[in-house]
Amino acid sequence: MFGVLFEQTADGQRYIDWLLSGLGWTLALAFFGWWIAFGIGVVVGVGRTVQNRFISVPARLYVEIFRNVPVLVQMFLWYFVFPEVVPSALGDAIKQIPPPWASFFPALLCLGLYTASRIAEQVRAGIEALPRGQFEAANALGLNGYLTYRYVIVPQALRLIVPSLTSEVMGIYKNTSVALTIGLMELTAQARQISEATFQTFTAFGAATIIYLCLALVAYQAMTLIDKAVRIPGSAPVKPTTDEDLASEMRQGGALPATMEVVK
Amino acid sequence: MNTLDFSIVTQSWPYLWSGLLFSLALTAAAFVIGMVLGTCLALVQHFEIPVFAQIIRGYVAVIRSIPLILVLFWFFFLVPIVLGHLSGNGRPIPIGATYTAFITFGLFEAAYYSEIIRVGLRAVNKGQFEACQALALSTYDTYRHIVLPQVLRVASPIILSQTIILFQDTSLVYVLSLTDLLGAASKLAQLNGRLVEMYLVVAVAYLAISSAASQCVAVLRKRYALATSR
Repeated sequence: MFGVLFEQTADGQRYIDWLLSGLGWTLALAFFGWWIAFGIGVVVGVGRTVQNRFISVPARLYVEIFRNVPVLVQMFLWYFVFPEVVPSALGDAIKQIPPPWASFFPALLCLGLYTASRIAEQVRAGIEALPRGQFEAANALGLNGYLTYRYVIVPQALRLIVPSLTSEVMGIYKNTSVALTIGLMELTAQARQISEATFQTFTAFGAATIIYLCLALVAYQAMTLIDKAVRIPGSAPVKPTTDEDLASEMRQGGALPATMEVVK
Repeated sequence: MNTLDFSIVTQSWPYLWSGLLFSLALTAAAFVIGMVLGTCLALVQHFEIPVFAQIIRGYVAVIRSIPLILVLFWFFFLVPIVLGHLSGNGRPIPIGATYTAFITFGLFEAAYYSEIIRVGLRAVNKGQFEACQALALSTYDTYRHIVLPQVLRVASPIILSQTIILFQDTSLVYVLSLTDLLGAASKLAQLNGRLVEMYLVVAVAYLAISSAASQCVAVLRKRYALATSR
């Protein structure tokens, strides 16, 4: 059934090379996007829990805006609108970027910032799940606000939320497919291209589906290992604080072992 | 940078409005199909009906592991073939992108709603079933009048949040070249070259609708929390 993947394409490669190059873009987008999202998400999540309103209000606004606009619309904003609204010298420089990178960077920025808003909510949930005594003890030891978060609060909160971060990992690799709308030839786009070139739609989409399933399994297993390694002994994983988080967790295919067994 | 000119948006308002109506119609249809079908899928898994339960579990796992765009492509390709087989002559029946989108979103959301309801079914207190047995209610009556109403009530905030995500996801029908809110804006933007204004207006529209809906869900959740704590 998958024999067609090893046939020659018009450009002298094999179809499977197209798929692999698509997989490469998908992985690159998900990997680098994840670290952008993680960095910003932790900062914004911390920002949402501090008393200072000059920090907590912008953090809340960030989350509201980036969570309530569809990823596809955000993708278009970064790709089409952003170069137009910045000063024209910078805009022109952005438009000069050669093809694959011209779609890759906006997609990276879009996915990173969108996922950051979701991670921020998880981080906030993790921080709010910590007992008040952690802050008080840090205070009693004479730690200032920054040191309290840096050495006491954030490390513990991150260890608590690893299970819910699993669903964000799954979310970001699935959302990479939205980048095909701005012309990035990632996995889904390559599958469609193969189906159009060979008319073997079933094979092309089937191969892509199997690759995505493997990625889901790898992400799930890796996060389970990380959770085992860093879990605070004796603690139960944080339950999502709001129903919205629960919904997003369910939706992104995370932390529900029952469904993953089937994938195996 | 050119100055922004939003007059183009007011001129093309009827077209954008029809796009928005399509997005809302798609959301509503997917919600109805997804809830009905999702409840059935959840019940089949809940009762552990052999073979069907395994197939449904596999379906839900696959749907949740692959991107929605790929699901759209799959259904766009499969639905005419399946309909052809169902109709008997085996030839694919093209039904057009619009109907495909409705079917796809309905079947896709069914997978997500069924997970929510399945988890909800597990959370129902055992005493409820025992009480139904004591009252000699049939299995059908137990689920129809006692269990499902409770599950739907408890899960309603999650279901509604999921529906808000669904509304945002309908923008992905762009890949099928349909004219939803984003599709309308993008077609207009390509006609008149006013990309910046069009996409900004669409972003604000999605933001306003989704935020307002989230606020409503938050109010509902608070009210429900009060009702249960009493």
